[in-house]
Amino acid sequence: MSTTKELWVFAEQREGKIAGVVQELLSQGQILADKAGFTLAAVLPSADGAGLCQELYNFGAKKVYTIDDPKLADYQNDYYSRAVAQLINEKKPEIVLYGATTIGRSLAPTVAVMVDAGLTADCTELDFDVEAGNLLQTRPAFGGNIMATIICPDHRPQMSTVRSNVFKKTKLSDREAGEQIPYEVDLSGVPERMRRLESVHEADNNSIDLNAAQFIVSGGRGVGKPENFKVIYDLASELGAAVGASRATVDAGWISHHHQVGQTGKTVCPVIYIACGISGAIQHLAGMQSSDMIIAINKDPDAPIFDIADYGLIGDLHQIVPEFQKQIAAAKAS
Amino acid sequence: MNIVVCIKQVPDSDKVTIDRETNRLNRAGVPSIINPFDENALEMALQLKDLHGGKVIVISMGPSQADEALRTALSHGADEAILVSDRKFGGADTWATSYTLSLAIKKIEGVDLVLFGKQAIDGDTAQVGPGVAHFLDIPMLTYAKAVEVTGDTFKVDKVTEDGYEIWDIDKPAALTVVKEANQLRMPSLKKKMAAKKAEIPCWGVEELQPVEENIGLAGSPTKVSKVFAPPVKLNKEILSGEPSEMIAELIKKLKEQHVL
Ligand SMILES: Cc1cc2nc3c(=O)[nH]c(=O)nc-3n(C[C@H](O)[C@H](O)[C@H](O)COP(=O)(O)OP(=O)(O)OC[C@H]3O[C@@H](n4cnc5c(N)ncnc54)[C@H](O)[C@@H]3O)c2cc1C
Ligand SMILES: Nc1ncnc2c1ncn2[C@@H]1O[C@H](COP(=O)(O)O)[C@@H](O)[C@H]1O
Repeated sequence: MSTTKELWVFAEQREGKIAGVVQELLSQGQILADKAGFTLAAVLPSADGAGLCQELYNFGAKKVYTIDDPKLADYQNDYYSRAVAQLINEKKPEIVLYGATTIGRSLAPTVAVMVDAGLTADCTELDFDVEAGNLLQTRPAFGGNIMATIICPDHRPQMSTVRSNVFKKTKLSDREAGEQIPYEVDLSGVPERMRRLESVHEADNNSIDLNAAQFIVSGGRGVGKPENFKVIYDLASELGAAVGASRATVDAGWISHHHQVGQTGKTVCPVIYIACGISGAIQHLAGMQSSDMIIAINKDPDAPIFDIADYGLIGDLHQIVPEFQKQIAAAKAS
Repeated sequence: MNIVVCIKQVPDSDKVTIDRETNRLNRAGVPSIINPFDENALEMALQLKDLHGGKVIVISMGPSQADEALRTALSHGADEAILVSDRKFGGADTWATSYTLSLAIKKIEGVDLVLFGKQAIDGDTAQVGPGVAHFLDIPMLTYAKAVEVTGDTFKVDKVTEDGYEIWDIDKPAALTVVKEANQLRMPSLKKKMAAKKAEIPCWGVEELQPVEENIGLAGSPTKVSKVFAPPVKLNKEILSGEPSEMIAELIKKLKEQHVL
């Protein structure tokens, strides 16, 4: 048996499909594992994991621990936490990374107290201090006013959750080699204390998930009235973007709360975030400032949103946004 | 039905600034508020009480000022408040906080439901709810937006990435509550007066008898090794003029950078 230390990625699956963030975590996990001299592995609880391993190998996992049980088909906190905690206690990985999804953010904190591990939520940067053997986990705090690097010197594993789109995914090939290691967990002793009765997928006029979107077009109070959100939707659909909103517009009832970005809304990290008529209050910035690129459209040259913008367009959004859409459409046509 | 609501007092992040020289938060003079999501947890508890009777008990762990947040909760309609406070609890991360809060909740009899906010806006970790539930050995659902009592279980709507799920969860249960759930009712004048005078017990090490290595800084696996100001954008470009020209310029740049 090899004695190399291991870095694990929790391979979240829903309805038999691996979550996108898992590929990102494996890609970043590979970089960290190389630096630390660890082996990269994935942990896959599901009803039947064999068919999902290849995808995990292709993104760098050398080993996949599959935990198969009909009770693990869909996420259930008691069963999942028991399964993952038992495997951790037995194999003693150095690091475990989870996606900061609704599932990851239930599972990771439960497992953390079960196995006595530290957990850092919503990391935006991960590095490894080779000398000390510590994972350097950097995350925003106090609504994005400050960045903190967290370490966990005396407890193992070191665990983090990471949002979607923070790390780039790198597929190695379509036929990477890896080893499936089936692991048995006896869940018969875990009492059945909660049952999922139904899962409802809500259709929306813009169905692109903000958390996973590559592009986001967001509207603020500057949009003026609910009908005017049309220009935001039009630009978004031209770009294949999701639609975001500031709290001011949500509170005014112009758009549903699903779209709210910010401290009390969603945290997003797209390739491009286009803020239209948003002033840039700190609570809004908290939800979007780690976007790769920020484009701000605002008629007030002193709006704080311009402080964090890569490109600032000063002017009336009612002219600029439709023009933006027109020129994108034209560029696509040519 | 007895419901415990865990509320945290947090600095109003609207008013927090950072000292760019020392990389420390300027917290002096920053007003403290009840963590906004905990208001939703409180309102959910009050609505259940309106329907089914019982008691709503708010509990907060923190320095003695957290007393203020508890009194505010009483003025909105909570029945009882408990402050969990001791110098030895200081420096707790979410692990140690979960452990300490769970000891306090264990001391309260006949609890059917424990509610938390989705996350606290100072740390944004969302870890304390699941942690406490594990220490109490009760089932837990995150991101609850609605709850109904159905005999010995609760029916809970839980928000997911693309909609919601309906769960049936056994009593006693723990839930973390999202903003969409509701809006906290206004405080009443009468309750405000009563809240001012209310006796709020303070539970510390003596009352809770914790395992000492599990509390405070010592009980916290995570340590902050560095804090720094978020990097500022250096190469920003501001465009103004005719919309058509600005956009043409922007699209050209985006293409050069291969993001379009
Ligand atoms: C505890 C707490 C939590 C919060 N959480 C959130 C959160 O999660 N998300 C969030 O967004 N907010 C949040 N807020 C609210 C936040 O403080 C701001 O009030 C809000 O973000 C402002 O929204 P806005 O930028 O759309 O509106 P405003 O601040 O009113 O800004 C509108 C902007 O539009 C510009 N404008 C107007 N007309 C035009 C035009 N024709 N063309 C171009 N520009 C135009 C104006 O110059 C202005 O800059 C929170 C607040 C608190 C206290
Ligand atoms: N010190 C505390 N006292 C009481 N409740 C707390 C405390 N810290 C966290 N909580 C509860 O746990 C939730 C999640 O907090 P956090 O894990 O810090 O994001 C909050 O919304 C509160 O309901």
